[in-house]
Amino acid sequence: MRWINSRPANGTRLALALLPFVLVLIAYAIGSAERLAENPNDKLLPGLTGFADAINRMAFVPEARTGSYLLWVDTLASLQRLGAGLAIATAIALLLGLVIGILPYARALLSPFVGAISMVPPLALLPILFIVMGLGETSKIALIAIGVTPIMIRDLALKAIELPREMIVKAETLSASSWQIALRVVLPQILPRLITCLRLQLGPAWLFLIAAEAISADSGLGYRIFLVRRYLSMDVIFPYVIWITLLAVATDILLDRLRIAVFPWSELEKGK
Amino acid sequence: MSALSIKNVWKEYGDQIVLEDVSIEIASRAFVALVGPSGCGKSTFLRMLLGQETQTKGKILLDGEPLPKEPGPDRGVVFQRYSVFPHLTVLGNVMFGKELQASRFAGRLFGAARRAVEEEARAMIAAVGLMGSENKYPAQLSGGMQQRLALAQALIMRPKVLLLDEPFGALDPGIRAEIHTLMKKLWHEAPMTVVMVTHDMREAFTLGTRVVAFERPRDRPEEKLRYGATITKDITIWPPRQAGVPSIFRPDRDGPVSSKGQ
Repeated sequence: MRWINSRPANGTRLALALLPFVLVLIAYAIGSAERLAENPNDKLLPGLTGFADAINRMAFVPEARTGSYLLWVDTLASLQRLGAGLAIATAIALLLGLVIGILPYARALLSPFVGAISMVPPLALLPILFIVMGLGETSKIALIAIGVTPIMIRDLALKAIELPREMIVKAETLSASSWQIALRVVLPQILPRLITCLRLQLGPAWLFLIAAEAISADSGLGYRIFLVRRYLSMDVIFPYVIWITLLAVATDILLDRLRIAVFPWSELEKGK
Repeated sequence: MSALSIKNVWKEYGDQIVLEDVSIEIASRAFVALVGPSGCGKSTFLRMLLGQETQTKGKILLDGEPLPKEPGPDRGVVFQRYSVFPHLTVLGNVMFGKELQASRFAGRLFGAARRAVEEEARAMIAAVGLMGSENKYPAQLSGGMQQRLALAQALIMRPKVLLLDEPFGALDPGIRAEIHTLMKKLWHEAPMTVVMVTHDMREAFTLGTRVVAFERPRDRPEEKLRYGATITKDITIWPPRQAGVPSIFRPDRDGPVSSKGQ
């Protein structure tokens, strides 16, 4: 049988999926054990006990100075910024994407502008944001929003333009006005794409968040990583990175579940 | 009444002449089948009747009035594909037009108004043979059922003219025969004129009261740009078929038989 036609059974598939994770863990454990054997105070590749200590210290023991649990304070701060940034981006992208996708005049006015804006590297704007908006929350949220909005607008506008013309004409023969076509034909059909688009933008959004937090913040997951870097605290940095990854993966899965639950038809249309 | 009058219509795209000097009178309640080779402009002609495209020269009148420049509820349409909305259920698709018409801002109905429309929609769904599929999405329907749905969705608006652009072209022969029977029944019952583009000659002669052929009279390569297609044949089916009147003849020996006329 050709390789392209042989498929793994369910058990094999699970084993294969876990294999790379296990390999990475084993490689780390070997490296860590070797370094610790040479120097028990090695900071670069701490062992499991080192991680357990650090996680316990960050997540379950109040910090001596402020009395707060750092991991949770950092997580809350980061998620608030991320949520606010993505919410603003989603709202703007939905509105502009819909308008550009439906109205030829709006497309003529906005499409080249959005195309140009989306090419501006958002991190290059960070100093401007800090200067104009100060070092507080606003500039961080603005960076996330500016970073992901233009791409989301373009994606949604493309999706709206891609809708078959026949469908729009059919709606017109059913007496739909422009407003009704926007509200009941185009909007419901780009909402599933909006969720998918949001999932794809989670990565860039975290990137912008951590970049902003690294430069100026007093809490946040990115802030903590860059703070403890000064003390080579790999025992804190590694768990934080894994925690961020877990948060991102969970959001990704939840968003896809949400799409299937709210728009069951979008799953049926797949592969058509 | 829903008579169409097409007078000296030309359609040009830049230098390319697609249709030249097309004139035809279509009586109220006729069933006109448009046939012709690919690229002869019959779909363009249908899109002009629909209002999706405008003629370059000439007049198209519906009951003596010029057609509006964009599609509207007086002209229903069924395309070969994409005629139904994937995000609405069968019931939602059929109710859609009525909901849009009654609720100009929200495009949705609630309460008693909704129940009235729903009842009408369910009757229409039954009429096209889709009972039991009310809560399915189009992706869960076969091709033939999707076209039945598209017909129900168009007909609930009671259009004066129903335009069909190769509606049954993608269906297999058995399903096509079934939907032909349905199409005849609907044409007999609803007070509308039907114009259908088709590639299938048998379909044209089985369903139509009149078969109209589009062709390019001059088709040499150097003539293609400057000479368009026009009506070359206009055949009235005999014995005549009349909407709503049973016929004693069976002109299509192998075709489906419906209770009302053939």
